[in-house]
Amino acid sequence: MDYLDQLEAEAIYILREVAGQFDRPALLFSGGKDSICLVHLALKAFRPGKFPFPLVHVDTGHNFQEALDYRDLLAKQLDEKLIVRYVEDTIKAKNLQDGKGKFPSRNGLQTYTLLDVIEEFEFDACIGGARRDEEKARAKERIFSVRDEFGQWDPKKQRPEIWNIYNGKIDKGENVRVFPISNWTELDVWNYIKRENIVLPSIYFTHERECILTENGQLMNTNKFVELDENDVIVTKNVRYRTVGDMTCTSAVESEAYTVDDIISEIKETKISERGATRMDDRVSEAAMEDRKKGGYF
Amino acid sequence: MELLRFFTAGNVDDGKSTLIGRLLFDSNSISTDIIETLTRQSKATGNDADIDLALLTDGLRAEREQGITIDVAYKYFTTEKRKFIIADTPGHSQYTRNMFTGASNTDLAIILVDARNGITDQTKRHSIISSILGIPHILVCINKMDLVNYDENVYNQIQEDYLKFSKELNLKNVSFIPTSALTGENVVTNSENLAWYKGASLFEFLEQVEIPHEEENQDSRFQVQYVIRPQTEDLHDYRGYAGSVLSGTFKKGQEVQIFPLESKTTISKIEQNGKEIIEASAGESIIIHLEHDLDVSRGSTIVPLNQQIESEKNLEATICWMDNKAFQAGQKLILQQNSFRTKAIVKEIDSKIDIHNFSEIESDGTIQLNEFCKIQLKTAENISFDSYKKNRKTGAFILINENTNNTVAAGIIN
Ligand SMILES: Nc1nc2c(ncn2[C@@H]2O[C@H](COP(=O)(O)OP(=O)(O)OP(=O)(O)O)[C@@H](O)[C@H]2O)c(=O)[nH]1
Ligand SMILES: [Mg+2]
Repeated sequence: MDYLDQLEAEAIYILREVAGQFDRPALLFSGGKDSICLVHLALKAFRPGKFPFPLVHVDTGHNFQEALDYRDLLAKQLDEKLIVRYVEDTIKAKNLQDGKGKFPSRNGLQTYTLLDVIEEFEFDACIGGARRDEEKARAKERIFSVRDEFGQWDPKKQRPEIWNIYNGKIDKGENVRVFPISNWTELDVWNYIKRENIVLPSIYFTHERECILTENGQLMNTNKFVELDENDVIVTKNVRYRTVGDMTCTSAVESEAYTVDDIISEIKETKISERGATRMDDRVSEAAMEDRKKGGYF
Repeated sequence: MELLRFFTAGNVDDGKSTLIGRLLFDSNSISTDIIETLTRQSKATGNDADIDLALLTDGLRAEREQGITIDVAYKYFTTEKRKFIIADTPGHSQYTRNMFTGASNTDLAIILVDARNGITDQTKRHSIISSILGIPHILVCINKMDLVNYDENVYNQIQEDYLKFSKELNLKNVSFIPTSALTGENVVTNSENLAWYKGASLFEFLEQVEIPHEEENQDSRFQVQYVIRPQTEDLHDYRGYAGSVLSGTFKKGQEVQIFPLESKTTISKIEQNGKEIIEASAGESIIIHLEHDLDVSRGSTIVPLNQQIESEKNLEATICWMDNKAFQAGQKLILQQNSFRTKAIVKEIDSKIDIHNFSEIESDGTIQLNEFCKIQLKTAENISFDSYKKNRKTGAFILINENTNNTVAAGIIN
């Protein structure tokens, strides 16, 4: 088997294990390329049946409109259930402090909404599109990652995960995060998108956009959440997004990639990692991701 | 393009993480922003070298603070020829279960030996585990050659010692490479200092080593993971058994037997990705349809009628105990083999395996963390299996503690 066939088969196997082992699983859908691949894999795993789980989206309110439109259209086309919960509502209900600063991030806040939606529907497994090549703490996580009642990851207490035998047994109140494409790299994802002709939101491809050029050289798009001041350097460039997170903490990269093939050659050439190129939040500390995961983040 | 999975093993500080870091660094597989971060961290940890490459895989705060690997890290790189999945495992004996996790489904073990120390207990332990797991290739990297003046005699002596010790282990395909992970010699590029060594560098070795596809030629096994029943108007009677071909091949029209039921039927249809296919082979995820309406559910095993599989309640197995709490007689366990689960109890502990020389010693009735034992198990329902030697997919299982839900042991069926 070709390596993409092997990665695909592994992911389908994991998705079916989730379906077989859990009563109330959910697929966390963000509108990004990784979760779009997950949906594609779920089609292969379960059609002609329905998905044994709903798609769940935690809407931070800072999402790109293109990603939201894509999400709604996809759920409709597939005729699968979509549950959306809003960080905005959580902030109001829990009287939380919204993100502050020049680029007000809701990255930390979305964990509250996620834990609430897990509790609301009593989800016992949440499937996510995280990959081990994204970040050094993720590189340490199991495919079936057991979380306690508070959604917390304890790296010292990970269950051994041997062969392809996945132990998803948990007590009530706990949940398992499942990562079927753990072993895929960014390039694998794009090669797969190409092979399978998967349609993506337009912001993955080059387009003209007005951006703020930040001090460390990142291109942050101008939007209603970011207050401009006179010192801001505003530029208009041909850019695309390598990851589709919040507008407030995901930066664009300069690009002339019109097609998936262009993107593949671009990624092969680039010297900067996906996170390094696009995320502002992980630069803060060396263990930012580990700490957020310990707090219940994906 | 092919996929090769390998892991690194060896004693604490033999240089496993450094070797992986070096391999990725010298093959230009690390992004510049990651290199910047590593350089910054290396300064902070007071390392002499400009960049401590072990930090690439030691991704947890505790690991960076203590300078050791605690849990497996997975890393990836791709060359023109292959995609590699690397499991960098801890060398500390306390974390043997994590090493076992990383090693379990790989094609190749890289066992590091510090050239100054030669074979250690951990070298032996990890070689024995590789032998138990049936890892198809063993590559011994005799590392830190820079600290023994690149002496060929040191290398030859260790090679001889290793072959002598491992004679009993039935290791398949053992190879040796002298390296210095720190300087990068013989990792990706060859080295002047090691000019006496004429073989491949580690990188070349990885690109060339033959990837075994044992399961393709073994007897055919399929296990049901999930039953697809849309129950819609137009698919009212649709009943598909979703799962993956564990080994061998399955064909439309093939007569099969379902275990543990032991009832016979015929494969009426095979589907993959919404399309009907005629034949499916090892590794493929498919949906099987059967001619008769039988009580087939998650965990049922499908086998061609003209092939045999064991199906019974008594098993002889070798297990590695992975729970902090020692085994307690009478403990209720759940056995899981792929998607099949049944209750199980340990009837007898036959012997303990001495991890230093692979000999069997008498059991004192206990099983502690990281110990290997030969045991007799009794299951509540019939389990269909092959010996692990015959089939790595149907001969392996885990044991789960019914109270804590933890995976407490990994087992292979003898
Ligand atoms: N001189 C020299 N030092 C090396 C070499 N390889 C590794 N080291 C050093 O040995 C020390 C331990 O290296 P690691 O890579 O962390 O060892 P490890 O085998 O991963 O250790 P654990 O994962 O904790 O079992 C570090 O200080 C390395 O820089 C080598 O080839 N030559
Ligand atoms: Mg290490």
